[in-house]
Amino acid sequence: MKAFTVHSGIVLPIDRSHVDTDQIIPKQFLKSIKRSGFQDNLFDSWRYLEEGHPEQNANERRINPDFVLNKPRFAGASILLSRENFGCGSSREHAVWALSEYGICCLLAPSFADIFFSNCVKNGLLPITLDASLIDRLFELVHHQEGFSLTVNLPDQCILLPENEGSIAFEVDPFHKDCLIKGLNEIELTLTYADAIRAYETRQKQLTPWLFADLDPKS
Amino acid sequence: MPKTLYDKLWESHLVAHREDGAALIYIDRHLLHEVTSPQAFSGLKEAGLQPWRVSPNIATPDHNVPTVKRELGIQGIEDEISRIQVKTLDDNCRKFAIPEFTLEDIRQGIVHIVGPEQGATLPGMTVVCGDSHTSTHGAFAALAQGIGTSEVEHVLATQCLLQKKAKNMAVQVDGSLNTGVFSKDLILAIIRQIGTDGGTGHVIEYRGEAIRNLSMEARMTVCNMAIESGARAGMMAFDQTTFDYLQGRPYAPKKEEWESALDVWQDLASDDGSVFDAQCSIDAGDIRPQISWGTSPEMVVDVEERIPDPKQSGSSADLHTRALDYMGLEPGQPITSVYLDRVFIGSCTNARIEDLRIAAKVVKGRKKAKNIRQAMVVPGSGLVKQQAEEEGLHSIFLDAGFEWRAPGCSMCLAMNADKLGNRERCASTSNRNFEGRQGYGGRTHLVSPAMAAMAAVVGHFADVRELLQ
Ligand code: SF4
Repeated sequence: MKAFTVHSGIVLPIDRSHVDTDQIIPKQFLKSIKRSGFQDNLFDSWRYLEEGHPEQNANERRINPDFVLNKPRFAGASILLSRENFGCGSSREHAVWALSEYGICCLLAPSFADIFFSNCVKNGLLPITLDASLIDRLFELVHHQEGFSLTVNLPDQCILLPENEGSIAFEVDPFHKDCLIKGLNEIELTLTYADAIRAYETRQKQLTPWLFADLDPKS
Repeated sequence: MPKTLYDKLWESHLVAHREDGAALIYIDRHLLHEVTSPQAFSGLKEAGLQPWRVSPNIATPDHNVPTVKRELGIQGIEDEISRIQVKTLDDNCRKFAIPEFTLEDIRQGIVHIVGPEQGATLPGMTVVCGDSHTSTHGAFAALAQGIGTSEVEHVLATQCLLQKKAKNMAVQVDGSLNTGVFSKDLILAIIRQIGTDGGTGHVIEYRGEAIRNLSMEARMTVCNMAIESGARAGMMAFDQTTFDYLQGRPYAPKKEEWESALDVWQDLASDDGSVFDAQCSIDAGDIRPQISWGTSPEMVVDVEERIPDPKQSGSSADLHTRALDYMGLEPGQPITSVYLDRVFIGSCTNARIEDLRIAAKVVKGRKKAKNIRQAMVVPGSGLVKQQAEEEGLHSIFLDAGFEWRAPGCSMCLAMNADKLGNRERCASTSNRNFEGRQGYGGRTHLVSPAMAAMAAVVGHFADVRELLQ
């Protein structure tokens, strides 16, 4: 997994609450068996003026000039700012892959949906939960300043505002922090507990043997 | 100290506790489907790993499968990209010896219908699947959670999940549901009350008299939509209803094991005096048939109500206006004045035998209204389909001008050929009314199977209680 320590970038404001994963990446793109190739379809139905299909050439599509992602002032943005319950709905990790491939490294919102949040952390994206009033203030700042950028410092747990406008402290789960900073591979980490897992299985097999039965596909 | 059902399930699956607060919990059952598993299997292969254990896994294709021409098997999938995805699941299951109910198998169906139907979901289990509606299985007093693809790979490789314990939330439902009001109305009313993020960070236990009186099918409908209120999982205590449903299921324990399982299962309820971090309560007797009007499952009205005015929704006014605009509705319009183009009866929320029975009861002897372009019934599994046909339900639907399809997710998410056209309006028994969920520009209204069937025969929303009383 790619590590996250300090990141600076332009802020992309998605001023909506309850942005669901069906909007982040619509279902027709989930037919892919690959983990990449989703960035052109991030926010597909908001970003283009007609329905999208897999294997289309994005350059030939009509873009929606009103959608923030298509505004030149937000080109190259890497920090996404949004409203409450971001990432609700489906568990599709494709939503995180699409964001990450597009170049988003960090997300700021008053709240995130659980599964989406965990998918982010597992892909090296940092979701930061901030008070709604702070989020309001950031929207304001983005609105008024072209090229508004932030610096997110994970080890210090703070977000630096431009032009000495101060900084914002944020909370992060210590386990998530560690995983992100080190870019840890969770499978490798869990396999360091292999003995504990085996011991659990041995114990549990005595207590609830039916949970260890083989499923005979023919039965 | 008294423990909640979630506390008990969590503790009995704890493998290790880390100092930073994260824990390793053991996973008993892992359900797989074609959409969220291919990248996980690739990851496993790239890392040169084998599944930790094979027997907890069971797979079936559902999201992407056609609901016609099933006799052709995988060749019946016209869309090449979809066919490759289903074939990839077949290949991966074969390679790793994971049991799979393939397209040709009568047991194939929506993963959340198949698991319980086979007895592959049992009380006291931890159940995961790369699908948010895994919460369905919590109806069996199980800890059932939807996970992303990285976690699918993690579970395959380690049989564990790394996570932090969520908080406990109780949703207390007293009283009993009136005739013509169903568990789908109940869960929509709950989501309307607590909001789509009311359960975030929590595991919800649905409890109370009204819950105890629900059948297993109806309980599954409630737990299915726990995720729509943001909860990590939804669950209900084990009782006689759970027991009766499971007895004799193919993968349920047999003989002495069944007896010892019962001893363990009896304890799967929250202890008296358990403390919950959050609570809410609702009286089932107050609930009327529910219909969603907007683009979020909390945007719901009673059948007797009018479409709400954004002016009354305070800080959500913008969201509300946008939803009305997308849905092509006017504030103040009675919901019963809304005419439909299509009706979809299906999905992991409402495609079990009971759902089809009640829809058939409403439809019987009637015809699909002229303005309804299509009314589609998609059973949740091959076995549900077979059972319905034995009971003659399919003839009732066919006589009324409905379509009778083969099992799968179908128009719940429109990944196959079953979808709404731009601006088409649908009464749907599924669980999500997000923009474009059932097709680009499509407009979804979430309802119970009875209300969907009623809309199909009347042409617009109407109160099914008038017909069922
Ligand atoms: S029926 Fe719908 S909600 Fe259920 S698993 Fe399929 S796509 Fe998901």
